[in-house]
Amino acid sequence: MNLRGVGVSPGIGHGPAYILTTRVPEPPEGATYTGESDQEKERAVSALAQVAGELESRGDRAGGEAGEILKAQALMAEDPGLIVKIRSCVEQGMAAERAVYESFGKYREVLAGLGGYLGERAADLDDIRDRVIAVLTGQVMPGLPTPGPEPYVLVAHDLAPADTALLSRETVAAFVTEQGGPTSHTAIIARALGVPAVVACAAATTLTAGVRVLVDGTSGEVRAQPTASDVAQAQNVASARQEAIAQVRGPGRTQDGVAVPLLANVGGPGDVEAALAAGAEGIGLYRTEFLYLGRRQPPRPEEQEEAYRAALDAFPGGPVVVRTLDAGADKPLAFLPPPAPEPNPALGERGVRLFRRHPEVMETQLDALATAAAGSSGRLHVMAAMVATAEEARWFAAACRSADLPSAGVMIEVPAAALRAPGLLAEVDFVSIGTNDLAQYCFAADRELGALSELQDRWQPALLDLVAMTVSAARAAGKPCGVCGEAAADPAMACVLVGLGATTLSMSPAVLPATRAALAGHTMEQCRFAAQAAREAPTAAQARAAARAHLPGLAPLGL
Amino acid sequence: MGERKATVAAEVGLHARPAATFVQTAMTAPMEISVAKLGGGDPVNGKSILQIMALDVRQGETIVIKAEGEGSDEILEQLASIATTP
Repeated sequence: MNLRGVGVSPGIGHGPAYILTTRVPEPPEGATYTGESDQEKERAVSALAQVAGELESRGDRAGGEAGEILKAQALMAEDPGLIVKIRSCVEQGMAAERAVYESFGKYREVLAGLGGYLGERAADLDDIRDRVIAVLTGQVMPGLPTPGPEPYVLVAHDLAPADTALLSRETVAAFVTEQGGPTSHTAIIARALGVPAVVACAAATTLTAGVRVLVDGTSGEVRAQPTASDVAQAQNVASARQEAIAQVRGPGRTQDGVAVPLLANVGGPGDVEAALAAGAEGIGLYRTEFLYLGRRQPPRPEEQEEAYRAALDAFPGGPVVVRTLDAGADKPLAFLPPPAPEPNPALGERGVRLFRRHPEVMETQLDALATAAAGSSGRLHVMAAMVATAEEARWFAAACRSADLPSAGVMIEVPAAALRAPGLLAEVDFVSIGTNDLAQYCFAADRELGALSELQDRWQPALLDLVAMTVSAARAAGKPCGVCGEAAADPAMACVLVGLGATTLSMSPAVLPATRAALAGHTMEQCRFAAQAAREAPTAAQARAAARAHLPGLAPLGL
Repeated sequence: MGERKATVAAEVGLHARPAATFVQTAMTAPMEISVAKLGGGDPVNGKSILQIMALDVRQGETIVIKAEGEGSDEILEQLASIATTP
């Protein structure tokens, strides 16, 4: 049996499946009790206290981030508002376990309705609820198996922090869950542990317990009962990837020597070192939000200059593309509160839109960038986020010129900007395509929603069309067009982007060596054929397959 | 009745760790603590992590914390300082 989900933590995992069924049956509706209501209330409250105590002590043992999550859960189990609800349900004649079930349900609905981070906490509440009901009904809460000689593949509907907090690479070969998105606990903890993980994998819990499972945390493939050669091949793929990392060095280029600078995405000063270690030739996306978030005052110009200069000095002669502040309603700034709540923050006053309201914040940032660039050998390029029209591009470029900045550009992440790319390019010196947001806005599919991850597929033909339109417009204008975003982190897609005409690729440092190896294994002509084949395909899956058929160098590299 | 306004500074808002710290501190106080968003909505119990989470306070939003009785100034001070810690 082959299943497919969304890979959220890369690598190959292989081992016997352990199916974690944490669901405790729902206590029957209308369940009542005999005896005094006070005793029944006491029964409920002491079950809550017992579960809170267990969570607390697991938290102590786990420590760190997981420990804090568990301690917050202990607080939830003994929440005074919850206890009031449970008592009142029991008072009305409901059995303790049913009262617990219903009272948790009310909060669960509220959190699920808020969506996002809080929506994902709804699963935490289910887990606490089931633990309390298990105590009340004398059931054993199914836990994790004792570690065996071989790491197992942990398969579950969803995983709660209480399940994953005490795991390690020595006990778990991979995670597979039916639920969950890229920000779910499973994804966060798997990445922290360095264990491969696949989420949003439908029907995963129908796998037979104990059967051997092969998990590819990159492609999202989950294969049951793989043959010995499948496993060997997958593991070879993994070690070939390692070797490719070690062997291919130097600047990014195709096999026939066309230079494609490989740049790093950087989110703060700490990432610069990782970028250098991975051999990045510059920075393709320097996010500046770290300077602003969590502040009551805007950062001082000197503080900004220092941060920008450090990045520029790290890459003498190399390009450093700084994205100006991209805060907005989803990442509000304490000193720039939004004028009114926005029902759809992703569609709100973000990026350059916020600058139009607060030009003084932009001017300070642009001046600080110009000062930093003046004394440095790095080549500074500055670009704005969330630009939708040529007028916005012109406005931003004019601000950059009055600040004496040498190179002004815009991100292409709104479909409107891609559709009218020639008009925007006439106003600026370069563009950079942000594929994650471009996909989100092109498909009207929230990036944070696991259920919509198929629409976020970088191989979707409509997304490829928008990318191709932008790149061709840039070529016609004779201006550089880079790609920063997850698409550049997929080695096959990186070749396609280069085939389309992207002039630089920027990605997180960890995936840079694999992309370098993929490019070095193919000629420019092969990349062009792959791009053409992908564009002619009717579906994302066919586009990927068609492109790969023209990129024979990927498979031997295990990419 | 004592009252403090505080603008939430943490990037995650008054969720996750800041919410837990806030509630743990509120629980040490003998009196009732109420929390509401500035300019709207019913106040919730400051000792209930679920109600605090459901209030959905984001970074940059201001809350009004209320407490009454002996020691209320100190506890309000502590809670406001947790809320305004980035």
